[in-house]
Amino acid sequence: MEIAPRSDTPTPASEFLSGLRDELPILVGVIPFGMIYGVVAVGAGLSPVTAQAMSLIVFAGSAQFLMAQLYGLGTPALVMLLAAAIVNLRHALYSASVAPYLRKLSGPWKWLLAYLLTDEAYAVTIIYYHKPRPDSTHDYRHFFLLGSGLALWSTWQLGTALGILLGAQIPASWSLEFTLTLTFIGMVVPSLKDRAGAAAAIVAGLAALLAFALPLKLGLILGSLAGILAGLIVERRQ
Amino acid sequence: MILWLTILLAGVATFATRLSFIQLYGRRTFPEWLARSLRFVPPAVLTAIIIPELLVHDGGLDLSFGNFRLLAGTIAALVAWRTKNVMLTVLVGMAVLWALQFIL
Repeated sequence: MEIAPRSDTPTPASEFLSGLRDELPILVGVIPFGMIYGVVAVGAGLSPVTAQAMSLIVFAGSAQFLMAQLYGLGTPALVMLLAAAIVNLRHALYSASVAPYLRKLSGPWKWLLAYLLTDEAYAVTIIYYHKPRPDSTHDYRHFFLLGSGLALWSTWQLGTALGILLGAQIPASWSLEFTLTLTFIGMVVPSLKDRAGAAAAIVAGLAALLAFALPLKLGLILGSLAGILAGLIVERRQ
Repeated sequence: MILWLTILLAGVATFATRLSFIQLYGRRTFPEWLARSLRFVPPAVLTAIIIPELLVHDGGLDLSFGNFRLLAGTIAALVAWRTKNVMLTVLVGMAVLWALQFIL
């Protein structure tokens, strides 16, 4: 019996499958997260079609939650856009960090992979890209991001659809929109590990409360900026 | 219609942010102060939403025990702090809210 040769040279298919495989553990959490989004988006008053369209077009979990919440509160479109853009700024950092590995690709490849560059796909991809690998003439590592990105994409769309179907069955008296606030609490509280982060949260909360009466929900924007500034100041002092 | 336009523009903005440095590789670097401020964005933005949602009721500050969302949110925050589990936080928070609405 012949022993199969150990494959040291990755192929497009093997890179793609590695990306899929590394993304799998994350997907377990993405299904319920997508379902919560679907339920609360419908609860916030979005139609099933717009709720799903947001998953397809925006395709960024936290920004979608934020936009659904703000829409439910009757926020003007411009403030919704600004808030989503601030929350999504971190993606520029991801873009900068994967850019050296994608520099030789054609335009359409770059656009496709940029569309797929979510938190979850980036997380596994950058770990893989930072691993040492044997020198070879062909680098197919962009297929890894394609694999992890598509795995996340299809799971997110499916989770959203399930949540929308479920949410449409639930009456308004259940106060389902409150799950959004609770989701944010569940995301923020464990992340407050140091004084700078805690300062950012406390100042943002207080400033948003003080500025609550401002028109156009500007309290949210002012509160966020005050919080970010407070975090930077406290960090510098340490 | 406005909502569709908002979704479309948010999609374009998200895509442009993700594409930015992939497209501009070698021509631009990420500013250091911006990189440092990014980690404060989630706690700042989310808390700026959470606090008024919990404390403002019918247009005014409500710190009474009659404010069910404040009670449910506070208990949920304790759950989040102890367990670091988002699903559990949501489930406990909703259970408390429903219980209060049902009993009182």
